[in-house]
Amino acid sequence: MTTDRDEPVSRSRRAFLAGGGLMVSFALFGSLRVSAGQENTLGATILNPKLPGDLKIEPMLDAWIRIDASGVTVCSGKVELGTGVRTALWQVAADQLALPLERFRFVTADTALTPDEGYTAGSHTMADGGTAIFHAAAQVRAMLVDAAARKLAVPPERLVLENGVIKAPDGRQLTYEDAAAGLDLHRMATETSPPSDPSAYRYIGKSVPRVDILAKVTGGAAYVQDMRPDGMLHARVVRPPNHGATLVSADVDAVSRMPGVVRVVHDGDYLAVVARGEWQAVLAMRALQASARWRQTETFPDNATIHDVLKTLPRLDYVTTRQGVDGEVHQAAPVANAAPAAASTGARVERVEATKQYVLHGSIGPSCALAVWRDGILTVWTHSQGVFPLRAGIAGLLGLPKEQVRCVHVEGSGCYGHNGADDVAADAALLAHRMPGAPIRVQWMRDQEAGWEPLGPAMETSLEVATDADGALTAWRHALWSTPHNERITNPGRLLPAWLVSQSIAPSPPSPIPQPEGDADRNAVPLYRVPDVRVDMHFVTQMPFRTSAMRSLGAHINVVTIEAMMDRLAAAHGKDPVAYRLAQLDDPRAKAVIQRAAEAFGWTANPALPPNRGVGFAFARYKNLMGYCAIALEVEVDPDRRAVRVDRVVTAVDCGQIVNPDGLTNQIEGGIVQSSSWTLYEQVRIGAVGVESVDWQSYPILRFPQVPARIDVHMIDQPGMPFLGAAEIAQGPTAAALVSAVAQATGRRLLRLPLVPHLWP
Amino acid sequence: MIELTVNGATHRVDVDPATPLLYVLRNELALNGAKFGCGMGQCGACTVLVDDRPVFSCLYPVSSTAGRRVRTVEGFGTPEKPGPLQQAFIDRQAVQCGYCIAGMIVRAQALLERVAHPTEQQIREHMNPNLCRCGTHMRILDAIRAVAATGELHRAGEKGPAS
Ligand code: FES
Ligand code: FES
Repeated sequence: MTTDRDEPVSRSRRAFLAGGGLMVSFALFGSLRVSAGQENTLGATILNPKLPGDLKIEPMLDAWIRIDASGVTVCSGKVELGTGVRTALWQVAADQLALPLERFRFVTADTALTPDEGYTAGSHTMADGGTAIFHAAAQVRAMLVDAAARKLAVPPERLVLENGVIKAPDGRQLTYEDAAAGLDLHRMATETSPPSDPSAYRYIGKSVPRVDILAKVTGGAAYVQDMRPDGMLHARVVRPPNHGATLVSADVDAVSRMPGVVRVVHDGDYLAVVARGEWQAVLAMRALQASARWRQTETFPDNATIHDVLKTLPRLDYVTTRQGVDGEVHQAAPVANAAPAAASTGARVERVEATKQYVLHGSIGPSCALAVWRDGILTVWTHSQGVFPLRAGIAGLLGLPKEQVRCVHVEGSGCYGHNGADDVAADAALLAHRMPGAPIRVQWMRDQEAGWEPLGPAMETSLEVATDADGALTAWRHALWSTPHNERITNPGRLLPAWLVSQSIAPSPPSPIPQPEGDADRNAVPLYRVPDVRVDMHFVTQMPFRTSAMRSLGAHINVVTIEAMMDRLAAAHGKDPVAYRLAQLDDPRAKAVIQRAAEAFGWTANPALPPNRGVGFAFARYKNLMGYCAIALEVEVDPDRRAVRVDRVVTAVDCGQIVNPDGLTNQIEGGIVQSSSWTLYEQVRIGAVGVESVDWQSYPILRFPQVPARIDVHMIDQPGMPFLGAAEIAQGPTAAALVSAVAQATGRRLLRLPLVPHLWP
Repeated sequence: MIELTVNGATHRVDVDPATPLLYVLRNELALNGAKFGCGMGQCGACTVLVDDRPVFSCLYPVSSTAGRRVRTVEGFGTPEKPGPLQQAFIDRQAVQCGYCIAGMIVRAQALLERVAHPTEQQIREHMNPNLCRCGTHMRILDAIRAVAATGELHRAGEKGPAS
C-alpha cells in the first residue's frame, strides 16, 4: 500500500539504488500516513513527534543515509540558499558517521531522492535538518558497528572506526560498504542516539571551507542559471502591469514571426515567448509587451496611506496571551474583529508605535528555472526553498499526478524568503508541458522580479507597557496590523501563473504561522519578565499587494518596537538601557550575549559623544526559540548629506553548538548588513498603478560606501547543546539598535522605517 | 559573423551585432562568470573587463568589442590555480549566495591593476556600482584589501596585463 506522496519516492529511489544492495519498500509509510499528524510550520507532515529534528517528518533511516556497493550517500531535504548550510550539514554527517567529508556523497532536495523536509526557511535548517542528520548518522554508525562486530566475531566496543574502515584489534577490517552488505537500514529511527563526544569532533565546530565557493569564484557552473542542456530553448514571460489587470489584446502573430521565435503562448492573461536564442527571447518579450493592451481592474493605496488602508481591510484577529512570568504562550482561534484589549494599568504606562513599508527580497539574480517534459515525467530544476510543496503545486496546476513531476533543487541567487523562485518554476513547467521534449529555461527580468515577487509586508505596530515604580514590567499590550507573511505553495493557486491562465486557480485563503513561531507576530511576545502579556495580531486577509515570507517575518519590526520600548522605559526610570534589559531577563543565555556585546563594545551608561553621533543597543532571541543575538553599534548622521554612517557594530550570538564558526560569522555579518539596508533605506514605492519600484534606481539598497566600517562578531559556543538557527537572528536587533542610535544622534526618536527617507524627506 | 577575443582566445559567433556581450558570453561561449542581474547597468553582476576597464556586459553590444580584449572572471585563474583575488575571496570565504561575486572580483581587478595600494575610500567608491544583496560586503572589502596590500595585480599590470 502506498500513498500518493510516497509512490514516486519509492519508484525513483528504486532507480537511484538500482544495482545497490538496499532495495527498499516504502509500504510502511502508507499505514503511517493514515494516522499522520499535523503539518509543521514549513509545510511538511509530522509522522512521529517524539523523534529529534526532522526525523519527526521522515523517520526511516534509509531516507537519510544509504550505503551500497558504490559507497555512502547522505540525503537532506534542505537546500543551499547561500547560507553555507550544505557544508554545515555535511560536517554534521561526517562527524557522526566518523567518515571524512570527501568519502561520501551528499545529496540535497530532490523530490525523487531526498526526504521531504518542507521549506528551507525560518532559520530551521540546522535546528531541524541538522539535528535529523546528527541522529540518523549516529544511529546508522551504531548499526554498522554492530553488523561489523557480527561479521568479525568481535565485541562491538573493541572495534575502531577510521577513515571509513572498521578495524578489529587483530588487524582485520571491513569497509562501511562491506559492513553494510545485508544490513537493512530501512528502519525507524529511535528517539535517542548513541552519544558522541563533542571534544572528539573532527568537523563540527571547525571552520571547514564551504564546498560551493571554488566554483562560484572561478566561473564554474554553480546556479540553475548556468544550466545549458542540449536543445534548450529560452523563454521570457510578459506580465500584466499590475495585479488584477486583464489582457485586452496582444499582437501574437507579429511576435511569432520574429527571428528565433519558436512559440508565443497566450492563455487568458498569460503571455510568454519561447525562442532559440536568449537575446531573441528578450526582444520578442519586449515586442509582445509593447503590443499588449491591459485593463486595470484594481486601485492601489500609496506609501502615505497604506497603514491607514490596512486598518480598513477585512481581517482576522489572533489574540496571544501569556499569563504569569513562566506562563505558557497561548494563541486563541481567530475571530473577526476581536474586542480590543483593556488598557494597561501600572505606575507608569508608555506607548510606542512603529511602521514599516513594503520591502523587496530583491535577489540580485532574477528568478530562473528550467523544465523538460519527457517520457511522461516533467522535471523542473529550481532554486525553490521547497521542492516538495512546489511539486504538489505544479502537479495541480497542470493536472498531472504528483508522480509525474520531479523537482530538483539547483542553487540560484540568494532569495531571503519567498521570492519569484516558485513562480518562475511554474512558468517553466507550464511552457515545457506544452512543448514536449524541449528543455525550457525561463528567467525573469529585473522589473518582473520587482513587480511580481511577493513583497515583505508593510506593517504597523503599537505597544503599550505598564511598569511599577521600580521599572518592573507589569503588563504588555502589543497590537499589529499586517497582511500575510506565509503565502507559501499550499495550493496551485499560490503560484502566480495559476492566476493568469484562462483556467485560473485562486490562491488558498491565507493563514498565519501560529505562535510560538509566529507570523506578523513573530517575536511579539517578549522574552522579558512580565506577568501579563497580550498580543493582538490583526491579520489582514485581503492583500492590496501580494505579500509573503521575507527573512525574519514580523520579527524585524516587532523587535524594533519592543527594544524602543525598553529604551524608553529605561530612560523613564533613570536606568542604563543595558542594565535595565538585564534586570528584566531571567534566561542566563540571553543575559550572557547582552553582557558580552556590551563589554566588547565598551558600553557605558552615558557616553560623551560628539554631536551627530549616537549609540544603540538591542537584543532578541529569534522567535524566542532560535539563536540569541545582542548588538551594540555607533552611528554618525550627516544631515547636510542626508546620510547615516554606521561606524562599528559589535554583536554577541549564542546559536547552541556551533557547527561552522566562520559560516556563522558570515551569516551574522550578512544579516547585519542586510537589515541595515532594510532599516535605513528600503521601501517599495507604491501608487496608482501598483508597485512602482521596478529597478535598483526606484528601490535603492545599501552600497559599498554605506557599509559599516567594522563588524565584530562574538560567538558563545555551547558544545553538546542543540543547534539553534542563525541566519535571521540579527535582523531584528540590528534594526532596533539602529533606530536607537539614530534617535540619539538626531534627537528624534523615529519609528517609521525606512529611517533615511523619513528623517530627510 | 562577429569575432571577439575573450580571455585571450578568439571566437567567431553568429549573432545579431546588437546583442549585449553578456548573452554571447553566457550562451555562445558557455561562460558562467558574468551574470544577468538587471540588464540595465544598475547592479554589476555582469561586469567584465574590456581593454582593462570594467563594463556592464548586459548593455555592451557585442559588436563594440571589435579590436578589444574582453576578460571575464574565468580568465583570472582556474579552480586548480585561482588568481590572487579569487584566492583572497576563497581564503576569506567572501561568498554567501555568490551570485554577485564574479562581478565583484572583476571590478576589483580593474582597480588593483590600475592602483597599487588604493585607500579604503577608493576601494569603496570604486566598488559602488556593484550590488550585493546577501550583505557579504565586509568580506568582499577584506579580500580586496588583502590583495591591494600585496600590490601584485598592479605589478602584473605594469608588465602588461595578460589577456
Ligand atoms: S546585469 Fe548588468 S548591471 Fe545588472
Ligand atoms: S553573495 Fe549573494 S548577492 Fe552577493
